[in-house]
Amino acid sequence: MSKASISTVLLAGAITSALSTLAIAGPLTKAEADAAVAAKKEKCFGVSLKGQNDCAAGPGTTCQGSSTKDFQGNAWKFVQGGTCTSLQLPGDRKGSLTPLTRDT
Amino acid sequence: MVRQGRCVMPQNNTVQLSQSGGEQAFLFSSGLLAPDSPVPKDLRSPQGTVLADRYNIYRNNVTVGLINAVASIFPAVQRITGPDFFRAMARFYIRAKPPSSPLLFEYGRDFAEFIEAYEYAQTMPWLPDVARIERAWLDAYYAADADGLDPARLAAIPQERVGLIRFTMHPATRIVRSLHPAVSIFSQNRADGEVLPVDDRPEDALITRSGNQVQVRLLDSGAAEFLVALSDGAHLQDAAQVGLSLNPDLDLARLIAVMLEANVFSSLEMDHIDD
Repeated sequence: MSKASISTVLLAGAITSALSTLAIAGPLTKAEADAAVAAKKEKCFGVSLKGQNDCAAGPGTTCQGSSTKDFQGNAWKFVQGGTCTSLQLPGDRKGSLTPLTRDT
Repeated sequence: MVRQGRCVMPQNNTVQLSQSGGEQAFLFSSGLLAPDSPVPKDLRSPQGTVLADRYNIYRNNVTVGLINAVASIFPAVQRITGPDFFRAMARFYIRAKPPSSPLLFEYGRDFAEFIEAYEYAQTMPWLPDVARIERAWLDAYYAADADGLDPARLAAIPQERVGLIRFTMHPATRIVRSLHPAVSIFSQNRADGEVLPVDDRPEDALITRSGNQVQVRLLDSGAAEFLVALSDGAHLQDAAQVGLSLNPDLDLARLIAVMLEANVFSSLEMDHIDD
């Protein structure tokens, strides 16, 4: 026991306290809880992701494929349409997210 | 006459291949993720059709399907960047790192590293860590089933022996450490909702599964090191020492309560030194 500089009494106290408060411990923020709940899904085993095992061209087709055409040209059309620019971090470089091509 | 279980496909409506078996498959797939490569040699299509058009349908389907898979695994990343940016980035990713497993839920393990190196994502230094949390989320989701540690087992340990407890981690438990507020950014973007300013600070994520429900928690400073030590097989007293040395204010009682609540462990054992 000499090896440990944390006392057994302290540790035992922490465990006792933890066991007694167990019912009230939970995810730390409501947002995290919401994220976890929103993501709750049926577990589904298989070779594909949930909902991804159908034809990429969409239901009702026989994989003709052109219904969701993924244009190569999109690669250079970077419109910042997400929440990136809404996020505000204090400080300089991490905080100032430069939209790549954005004029609004 | 009733045909039983037969799928009739007109012979003249199929792409013909002159090779067989694996060679065929290899030839056919070799150009699927390379948009500029020519149609593989020896592919044949029916008279009156354009072979390249038909092959391009497969090319397009593979690309769209894989981009959709990446988007399904990383919804928060997509919400942060917007779909246009995301799909362009994902397209480069799938061509650079095509899946190595036929199981799509295993895809994307190197997406965070790809984002780290991706030229246009350099203004979002926290984005790779958000991707790591999302990948860990799916790992936790598909991890093996195991019962969580029954708190009664912990309660049954004699008080003078608690320092020598070793925990076995639940198969779903993951820790993602970040120098950025990746947990706050993840939790704001994993679902719809308002995006608020976040404090610029390092954040460590704890990803666990309880039943079929994956949970993501923000860890206090020092808690990740505490858990990593436990995961490496350290005694509780030594792991606690690691955590407290990094954060003297670490609330051990609260941390242990959260660990139990979160299903971090599946079992514990005692080292019987004296017995």
